[in-house]
Amino acid sequence: MDQPGQENATITRTEQLTPDIFRITVRAPGIAQAARPGQFVMVRVADAYDPLLRRPFSIHQVIGPDQVQILFKVVGKGTGILARATVGRELDLVGPLGRGFHITRQQPLCLIGGGMGIAPLLFLAQRLCQVPEKPEILVLVGAGTRSELLALARDLEQLGLAVRTATDDGSLGHHGLVGDLLAGLDRRARQAYVCGPYPMMRAVAGQCRVLGWSCEVSLETMMACGLGACLGCAVPRGQGDGYLHVCKHGPVFDAQEVAWR
Amino acid sequence: MAIGQPDLTARIGSLILKNPVLTASGTFGYGEEFAALVNLDRLGAVVVKGISLKARSGNPMPRVVETACGMLNAIGLENVGAERFITEKLPFFQKIRTPLVANILGDSVAEYRTLARRLERESLVAALEVNISCPNVKKGGVAFGIDPDTARAVTEAVRKEFTRPVIVKLSPNVTDITVIARAVEAGGADAVSLINTLLGMAIDGETRQPRLANIVGGLSGPAIKPVALRMVWQVARAVRIPVIGIGGITTAADAVEFLLAGATAVQVGTANFFSPRASEEVVDGLAAYLRKQGLESVGELIGGLIL
Repeated sequence: MDQPGQENATITRTEQLTPDIFRITVRAPGIAQAARPGQFVMVRVADAYDPLLRRPFSIHQVIGPDQVQILFKVVGKGTGILARATVGRELDLVGPLGRGFHITRQQPLCLIGGGMGIAPLLFLAQRLCQVPEKPEILVLVGAGTRSELLALARDLEQLGLAVRTATDDGSLGHHGLVGDLLAGLDRRARQAYVCGPYPMMRAVAGQCRVLGWSCEVSLETMMACGLGACLGCAVPRGQGDGYLHVCKHGPVFDAQEVAWR
Repeated sequence: MAIGQPDLTARIGSLILKNPVLTASGTFGYGEEFAALVNLDRLGAVVVKGISLKARSGNPMPRVVETACGMLNAIGLENVGAERFITEKLPFFQKIRTPLVANILGDSVAEYRTLARRLERESLVAALEVNISCPNVKKGGVAFGIDPDTARAVTEAVRKEFTRPVIVKLSPNVTDITVIARAVEAGGADAVSLINTLLGMAIDGETRQPRLANIVGGLSGPAIKPVALRMVWQVARAVRIPVIGIGGITTAADAVEFLLAGATAVQVGTANFFSPRASEEVVDGLAAYLRKQGLESVGELIGGLIL
């Protein structure tokens, strides 16, 4: 695995996708070159003691040779500060971190994302589209409402992928959960790559198990360091006692590696 | 040594460190986690994650929560256990030129004794740091570190088995920390390090639940620095052995304050999480401070507080 680095990354672009969803592009050559889909970066949102800790963000896209993009929703103080960051400001990043998605070409693939969980799937889709014999890829994405999904679904469609959508309020695509879309698919076994809110991943992982699909999930937890030192990001193992650590053993796990609560 | 380079060496018992900057246990893994980001050879010593005789899996999630200028943790002493530490984690220290300080913890005096005896055989362990903030199972879970007699008993047990320096890490969750410091000095400690985390808690007003699954946890980070500084100052006046200052140290300026209060060395802790190169930057900044002040050695700073 490539070693992580610390980079002062200059912001090259900021986008506001909805009132509270933002996308920031930075120039971070070391991270851009080393990153693999599913890996994450730890961002220091301010050179201050409050908020104190870095925030983990999965890598949303690598653009060209040296740019990295993150996607986030404003949920608290840290993301609030980040949302106000402007082009030209430097962000202190550590990454790429963790184990990403395992890329296989053997089966039809199904990318399933919910809300901000769509973030790492765009990077994954881009890399999957670059392999010589492009695999059959279906993308299922869900969110609360149309505006949260529109830009992201468009980016995925621009890769030439089949994209099906679901919204909680029915304003785009299927009116309901993204997991509902699995019911309408043909019965072939697929490799699923899943990222979204915990209850959504738990449900989809369960559906994949019933369908006999392989399923990789990208987990999110509170973490202080991202380096395997603080041991704060523990998730219970699927088999046996003890914990796995999201930052080091993950954030991508085989769905059966972890215990679903 | 180049002319004009201040002397940063620090002495802890028989151990001479190239500088007084260590990493605090629990914030730096087993050292190798930071190898890609920090030049480990530049540090005074690496204090690794606390080790118990048997592996421990730790507490349920959530284990960490951010608070104003700090964080609370209730990791629950998760660690790989002594044997895996020796076979899997120790060999890394053959590759670097910085001594390893093993932090040990137990739930009985006998467990500390066995750990000390086992680690005595490992020459890569330059010193022991004894975490006495753990609950003493035989005394109904009261921490060793809050009772001078048990704190002394643990120190004596470790001292008997381990010939290299023994540092005892003190808990701040006591009425008078100098009483405990004197007790472990009498028990044969070569140095004391302080402070461990302060007990605290955080509550989510929306759900009305504690933010940590363990309900309470240890507060660390810049928020605790004034408390740590006060305790280091008190202890440095109460004992003759070296004091290692810990608590919210993030910059060289912080380290200078602890040295002035009487610390011989410092440990960088929570800062490693948000600023992985913090320990190395403290080394650089300390040298720059000494040059600027026209001082030849870091020793000239120790206890230099002007009252």
